[in-house]
Amino acid sequence: MANAVEINQVTMRFNMSKDKVDSIKEYMIRLMKRQLFFEEFLALKDVSVTIEKGDVFGIVGLNGSGKSTLLKVISGILKPSKGSVKTYGTISPMIELGAGFDLDLTARENVFLNGSVLGYSRRQMKEKFDEIIEFAELRNFVDVAVKNYSSGMMARLGFAIATCTKPEILIVDEILSVGDFLFQEKCEKRIRDLMDGGTTVLIVSHSIEQIERLCKHVLWLDHGNMKMLGDTQTVCDAYKQITK
Amino acid sequence: MKKQIQTFMRYRFLLEDLISRDLKVKYRRSVLGLVWSILNPLLMMLVVTTVFNTVLRIKIDNFPLYYLTGSLIFNFISEATSSALVSIISSAPLIKKVYVPKYIFPVEKTLFSFVNMLFSLIAVIIIMLIYGNQWHWTLLLFPVPLVYALIFAIGFGLILASINVFFRDVGHLYSVWLTAWTYLTPIIYTVDMLPGWLKNVMMINPLYHYVTYFRDLVMYGTVPGWGANLTCLAFSFGFLLLGLLVFKKTQDKFILHI
Repeated sequence: MANAVEINQVTMRFNMSKDKVDSIKEYMIRLMKRQLFFEEFLALKDVSVTIEKGDVFGIVGLNGSGKSTLLKVISGILKPSKGSVKTYGTISPMIELGAGFDLDLTARENVFLNGSVLGYSRRQMKEKFDEIIEFAELRNFVDVAVKNYSSGMMARLGFAIATCTKPEILIVDEILSVGDFLFQEKCEKRIRDLMDGGTTVLIVSHSIEQIERLCKHVLWLDHGNMKMLGDTQTVCDAYKQITK
Repeated sequence: MKKQIQTFMRYRFLLEDLISRDLKVKYRRSVLGLVWSILNPLLMMLVVTTVFNTVLRIKIDNFPLYYLTGSLIFNFISEATSSALVSIISSAPLIKKVYVPKYIFPVEKTLFSFVNMLFSLIAVIIIMLIYGNQWHWTLLLFPVPLVYALIFAIGFGLILASINVFFRDVGHLYSVWLTAWTYLTPIIYTVDMLPGWLKNVMMINPLYHYVTYFRDLVMYGTVPGWGANLTCLAFSFGFLLLGLLVFKKTQDKFILHI
């Protein structure tokens, strides 16, 4: 089986100086006092994971355990301080739905803008346009500026765009909790369809039931350390034990 | 290198979409829309010409056209670089959520200003018609200095955008510098009016070379020689190279500071 994601001894270090230094004067003062880089914070410590193609991979952990950081490292938003990440295939990151929407533009314009943010061509988006609007249930609001949308409408549109073309790797960060339960079911069905089509899916969720329902393998992160890695049942059982 | 070109090709739609978004947002809800890009320089020219003819009484032949050709290029550079300056910071929400090549943002702002300037070119034509200026065939070479200026602006914009992520002071400082730059560029005066040492200072101002080049073509019907072309090329690609280097060196740290 070919690999979709290879994470090799990744460490992510943040500079946690109390307030950010972003003026020259302050920089000079701190440089003189040698206070420039004092507090370091390791969000990920030496994490190594290999995810196979077609796998559905869940990441669990308490707040602040580095789950989102790991997803950001995988999708290329953050560059790891140490180690390397290799991904094979197109990535559709759903770290936040509707990132990259321009509020002044209409849904129609935003579909194309957001499509190009994700690296799709205009022709691809034209083909998928009707499908996207249909899925997001926004037929009557196509030419309304997005700033007038409710948050649910925006999330629906974002989800529809991110999943319209079949990405090889789909990254889902805690977003399946949008919309009413009918739409949630629709989202889950869409993700299942993608999984059946061979897409590798990475899911972060606080809903352990959701992880158990969808994933094949699970990684448990604890303060940036890999606590456990294995098949869903084993890891989830252990995770539930600790949490209680 | 090959991989970088591939990425660029993949994201060129984003570049186009961002430019067309900026155009839409800029002119949305304004009655005259794009016409403002033509009208604005014309009105500015009217103001400056009036001031110069009545208050300062400086004599420059064809002053309206002289001013317009100078300010066209200067305004492009100033608009392009100052919007590139904040481009990374204002795209922070996007950069934090999706992977996009980051140079897209300053480059897009520069190209957007370039498109605006192309519309403003119509104002130059209008003035030439109104004042009955002589038409030279050299006019057809007008894209050359504009492209030189564009390459310079991209390079300089990349530098400003990356420094501004780490030191926000640059933004404040730059607006002062722009005012100084207006006076350091022969827009409302000719170089002959300057004392000798200032003429030498002028030589290291890239804008002086672009503006002069443009005027040679449009107003005087002469084609600048090798020397002028080499100077322009050196400034443009020098800044582009420096910009790419600075940007490449710093871009991975942007996310920690925005």
